[in-house]
Formats: sequence, C-alpha cells, structure tokens
Amino acid sequence: MLIRSTTALAALLLFAATPLARAADKPTDPQIAHIAYTAGTIDIEAAKQALKKSRNKDVLDFAKDMVRDHEAVNRQALDLVKKLKVKPEDNDTSKALTKAAAAERAKLAKLKGAAFDKAYVDNEVAYHKQVDSALETLLIPSASNAELKSLLQTGLKIFQGHEQHAEHVASMLK
Amino acid sequence: MRKRHLMVAAALSLAATPAWAETIQVTIDKLAFSPASVEAKVGDTIVWVNKDAFAHTATVLGDWDILLPPGKSGRLTLKKAGAVDYFCRFHPNMKGHLTVKP
Repeated sequence: MLIRSTTALAALLLFAATPLARAADKPTDPQIAHIAYTAGTIDIEAAKQALKKSRNKDVLDFAKDMVRDHEAVNRQALDLVKKLKVKPEDNDTSKALTKAAAAERAKLAKLKGAAFDKAYVDNEVAYHKQVDSALETLLIPSASNAELKSLLQTGLKIFQGHEQHAEHVASMLK
Repeated sequence: MRKRHLMVAAALSLAATPAWAETIQVTIDKLAFSPASVEAKVGDTIVWVNKDAFAHTATVLGDWDILLPPGKSGRLTLKKAGAVDYFCRFHPNMKGHLTVKP
C-alpha cells in the first residue's frame, strides 16, 4: 500500500514537473492541435472553478477574461483544423496535461476564500509560464503548417498577456 | 446667386470647425497596436479598430479606458497635451504610445 501510493506520488510529481517534456520527440500537427486545444480547455475549466468559488472581484474578472479568451482561441483552432482537414490526435502530452490539471483542481477544491484565490492565481501564473515555454520551444518550432504556426504564435501572445495579467492580480491579493 | 451664397456659407462653416482636427486610426491585429506609436494634436480623434477575435482595451490607468470588443472599434477625442503609454488591461503585453501636441 505504501509502495503503491509512493509510486503514484512519484508519477504525479513527474507529471506535474514535466508534463510537456514527454513530447521531446517532435509532435505532429494533429498532436500539436490537440495539445493547444487541451491547454486552452484546462484553463477554461480552472476559470469555471474560480467563478464558482471566489468572491474576489479581481479574481472573478480575471477568470471571466480567461473563459472568454480561451473559448475564442479554441473556436479559431477548431475552425482551422476543420479547414485543414486535420483530426486532432490525443497524445501523451495532452494526457499528462489533463491529469496534472485534474490533480490541481482537486487540490483547489479543498481551499476556500483568500486561500483559494491565492492558490488559483499563483497556479495561473505558473501554468501560463509553462504553456508559454512549451509553445516557444516545442510546439511553434514543430508546427509544419503555416496557418497552424501563426495561430500558435497568436496563442503565445495571448498566454503571455494572461501571465502578466495573472501576475498583476497576484500582486493585488498580497 | 442664391446658390453661391449657400456655397460661401458652407465654406465658412467648414473654416469655422477646426479643419485640421484629424482622425487617426490604430489597428489591432494579433495582439499588437499598429502603429504602436502615434503623434497627434489636441482635438484629434484616435480610432482603434480591433480586428482580433478577442476583446481588448486601450487604457491609461486612472485616465481613460476604451473597451474594444472583438471586431469592433472604439474612439477617443484627445483633450489634453502630453505623452502617455497605454496598454490593454486584458493583455498587458500589448502596449501603445501616444504623443499629443497642444
């Protein structure tokens, strides 16, 4: 029992620390589309949790911005894959991201009030940083279709903007 | 004759309004203000045209805050001279600069 939970914990830590490192071998366009869409969906779900739990206006406004922007990006992504006749393909990176996000949501679910607000916003800063670096170092350089690459570049600017916005909200919570 | 009077009147009314007040367009595309830096005069109007699918703002904290919904535009008539940096509240990495001459 102890062994099992330790193994699970180690696996989880590995996922949490490097959920994107597993795609070290270059992802294909259908995989990249899936990863980008998944990354957006995760942030929408995190925001929806915040909209239910938080009472802080800055946090609620931020969460609404996240839902609005990521839904808009994901709509563009769906339109593009349809146009390109690309079928997004599930992969280890998407799975690891989803698993890490579920663990984070479970952790946040146990928190209330100011403790929740701080944990949510801090995680938003960390999460956006992580996605920024994945976009910059792996997904954008690996994308072969020019339109997909361009959408990812716009996505990177959105994520970088959200990171700064999250940092600003975090500074107001202190 | 009457027609000519009307034309004179029209010309005079044109001259009476500050004919040199301009409308300057700033386009937002892929999270960038273009041109990023604008020179204008008091009385000029800045029109921001948002071509993105995302909502943006053109904001100077504590001064003005123009909301720019996706595909829409917003405007500001400049009332005072000075140089300001403005940004998008939703994406603070989007920055613009405005120099307003008297």
